[in-house]
Amino acid sequence: MSETVKKPRGTKAQDQDIAVPVLGPVGMLRWAWTQLTSMRTALLLLLLLAVAAVPGSLFPQRPANPAVVTQYIKNNPLTGPWLDRFQLFDVYASYWFSAIYLLLFISLIGCIIPRVRAHYKALRTAPPRTPRRISRLPQYGTLVIPAGEGVTASSALEDAAGVLRKRRYRVETRDADGERPHLGAETGYLREVGNLVFHSSLVGVLVSVALGGLFGYSGQRTIVEGETFVNTLVGYDQFSPGTNFQSAWLSPYSVRLDKFEVRYDRESVKQFGQPIDFTAHVTTKDGPDAAPQQETLKVNDPLEIGGTGLYLVGNGYAPVITVRDGNGNVALQGPVPSIPTDGVYTSTVVLKVPDAKPDQLGFVGFFLPSAQLNEQGVAFSADPDPLKPQLNLNSYYGDLGLDSGAPQNVYSLDVKNLKQLNGRDLPAKGIVLDAGQTYKLPDGKGSITFDGLKRFIAVDVRHNPGQVPALVFALVAVAGLVTSLYVGRRRAWVRTGTADDGRVMVEYGLLARGEDHGLAKETAKIRRALQDGWGLNTGPGDPPGGSSSAADNGKNVAGPDSGAARNGKESS
Amino acid sequence: MTPLNPMLGQYSELFMLLAAGTYTVALIAFAWDLAKSSATLKAIDERAARQQQQSRQLVGAGAPVPAQESGNGAITADPSMRYAAERRVPARVAVALTVLAAVIHGAGVVTRGIAAGRVPWGNMYEFLTTGAWLVAVVFLLVLLRRDLRFIGTFVVALVIIMLVAASVAYWTPVGHLVPALQSYWLVIHVSIAVLSSALFTLTFAMSVLQLIQSRRESKLRGGGEDKLAFMSLVPNALSLENLSYRINTIAFVGWTFTLMFGAIWAEKAWGRFWGWDTKEVWTFVIWVVYAGYLHARATRGWTGTRAAWLSIVGYLCVVFNFTIVNQYFNGLHSYSGL
Repeated sequence: MSETVKKPRGTKAQDQDIAVPVLGPVGMLRWAWTQLTSMRTALLLLLLLAVAAVPGSLFPQRPANPAVVTQYIKNNPLTGPWLDRFQLFDVYASYWFSAIYLLLFISLIGCIIPRVRAHYKALRTAPPRTPRRISRLPQYGTLVIPAGEGVTASSALEDAAGVLRKRRYRVETRDADGERPHLGAETGYLREVGNLVFHSSLVGVLVSVALGGLFGYSGQRTIVEGETFVNTLVGYDQFSPGTNFQSAWLSPYSVRLDKFEVRYDRESVKQFGQPIDFTAHVTTKDGPDAAPQQETLKVNDPLEIGGTGLYLVGNGYAPVITVRDGNGNVALQGPVPSIPTDGVYTSTVVLKVPDAKPDQLGFVGFFLPSAQLNEQGVAFSADPDPLKPQLNLNSYYGDLGLDSGAPQNVYSLDVKNLKQLNGRDLPAKGIVLDAGQTYKLPDGKGSITFDGLKRFIAVDVRHNPGQVPALVFALVAVAGLVTSLYVGRRRAWVRTGTADDGRVMVEYGLLARGEDHGLAKETAKIRRALQDGWGLNTGPGDPPGGSSSAADNGKNVAGPDSGAARNGKESS
Repeated sequence: MTPLNPMLGQYSELFMLLAAGTYTVALIAFAWDLAKSSATLKAIDERAARQQQQSRQLVGAGAPVPAQESGNGAITADPSMRYAAERRVPARVAVALTVLAAVIHGAGVVTRGIAAGRVPWGNMYEFLTTGAWLVAVVFLLVLLRRDLRFIGTFVVALVIIMLVAASVAYWTPVGHLVPALQSYWLVIHVSIAVLSSALFTLTFAMSVLQLIQSRRESKLRGGGEDKLAFMSLVPNALSLENLSYRINTIAFVGWTFTLMFGAIWAEKAWGRFWGWDTKEVWTFVIWVVYAGYLHARATRGWTGTRAAWLSIVGYLCVVFNFTIVNQYFNGLHSYSGL
């Protein structure tokens, strides 16, 4: 981010005046832009973003759990609607959250662009001029080359330039043939490059996410053993396309669930019956005429097919049920997916039989994989494996309301307009069916048979074209981050001269731009290299770092332009 | 799937217990070291006085004068945090005991992993025991380079709290992983998260000390009375700030990887790399807070105390994310196992 130290350009001329300057519209805009792209604003926006993200974890969110949100508003009639008004149930798509991150990114871009320009210029500019008094730099030292070694002031400077070039400094020698030749050197330009790359990549990540939202899609589907899912719009139970997605882009592959295997933990005491493996054996076809392929689908191991990913996100039991109506005809036949509600697969079952005549039939109740009775005589499931599968149902007859055309949830039955046939409180009691059993409904309304048991899986199908770019940008961002944190941007100056007795005096100094705890070590290395080159021994009274600054506490920002160093730090 | 070894699991718990006991003794030794600080300080003062005398003699010979604020006016320890010549016997005993405890603790972590036939970070109990071990190891590793024994009391106390919390509140016998956790990303994502958290733990301790020290410094500068004499064992606020910044940069890079690898794993498991799940939200919040911290260090008026507060807030978010979010917030990470 650019620094606030600079005064807004619009006010420069008015600085001398005591009267409050009139900025005018352009000046105002400029002022606003300077404020927005200032480091302090960016920091505040960043902290605001952290705070703004929190409510999304405190309140249920619509994109993840729409039903929970509805329930929450119902339970909190006073606060619920207000929270909703402030979009607290959809925080990450809300106006205020979007405003924060968009402002942050505008501030970011407004900061990157001038800094790219400035750094481009810096890359093409020679290292800065040598300060008059090198001794005031945070790292400073001197060396003396005895006379008669054949070393002159200018050759010593050339040697020093060589040492610095070897250490990847950009070096510029000045007054090479003068009385006091000197050089300026700079290294670590990559630090700012890394910094800029990091921040630009964040913009790239944001754009990638937007790309996914525009051109991706996701859908859900339950597949019972033996069933085939075909990747067309009608094949989905639920489908949420991206804003610009066209259903013609769906690749017409198919996936058949041959068998779904579950293994439970039978070793551990505390976690007995906890699932330890889910494996779906599937047969896939890339298109209607493609050759079938055997594959497996597991949690954490999605199926890649037709440019989409198929993810195993749920599973349960689908009891196979036959319902005959009052006329004795089969009105429904097939597996009915039940929704597991706990770890032992106590599952809710809803059965709507609109084809039953003369009255439509409806069933609501539980499926229990290992039914047992507790002390109160209430059935419960003792194990997730189907050791004694059982259906416990209430039944209803009347108009299911499906003919009106209004959409209904297949997993819930509205009993308002229905008459109950079976139930715990009715003389006919509830329906209890073990596998293979048939129950005749009262009043000759028909019968229901529990034929057998199948498993089903719930899969998410996703296509996100922004995924790969997001990953690439994220990786580049990390590379940039590491570079900007650990490459030191350093400047070095050397000045040489010949004393009256023929000795060559060398003084050198280093300055870090930004946080740099390795400056003292770097100085010591340069000193060692210079000494080795000139065949000087480390004598007594020669400080190991070769530095006059005793307080090395990691912040080497004192020196000629220490104020600027502190505030002109590179990290953004 | 490798069969469980409950017997070895029990040995692991025994190791944890032994380690907790040893840490406790180490804690007492660290506290003793602080309590004895007046004697240590006297020794430091005497040495400083001697040095001053020597340097005064040397000044004549043209040698540089150490610019360190010491002698009778010493209010803080050596800012370089290098080991000094004084023998601090209780501190040495404390470090030796911490090493011993960490070895036993490490045995507990390793046996737990072998007993379960997988990495030992599949539930809260294991996160805590392994995390506590990493905190101790990171602390000891930093001790190799710098004399950070002044935060020993703090760090070891925290390790003990983590071990006790693991055994009391989150105890879980050796078990298999649920399918959702069976992924090599568990090894990568969680290990980096735990390691970064261990580093954040250290910087949290240093930031707290920095705040105390900076208050004390300004009070002493104003001629106030020194009520926290033991803080003389702690280096000055600026050097604390600089070292914790260095550690925080490493931890921040680690946390960035945690976030990224978590996203990659989320894509593999749930089909999307980011979905604002509660755990994702908090991991993001922590990342942003520490990003704010890094920026604060480069913003005028935000260095020093304010930056330290950001580092503390960041760590509180880490703790919140681990305890409250894991237990009370509903989300896709809820199966983390209690």
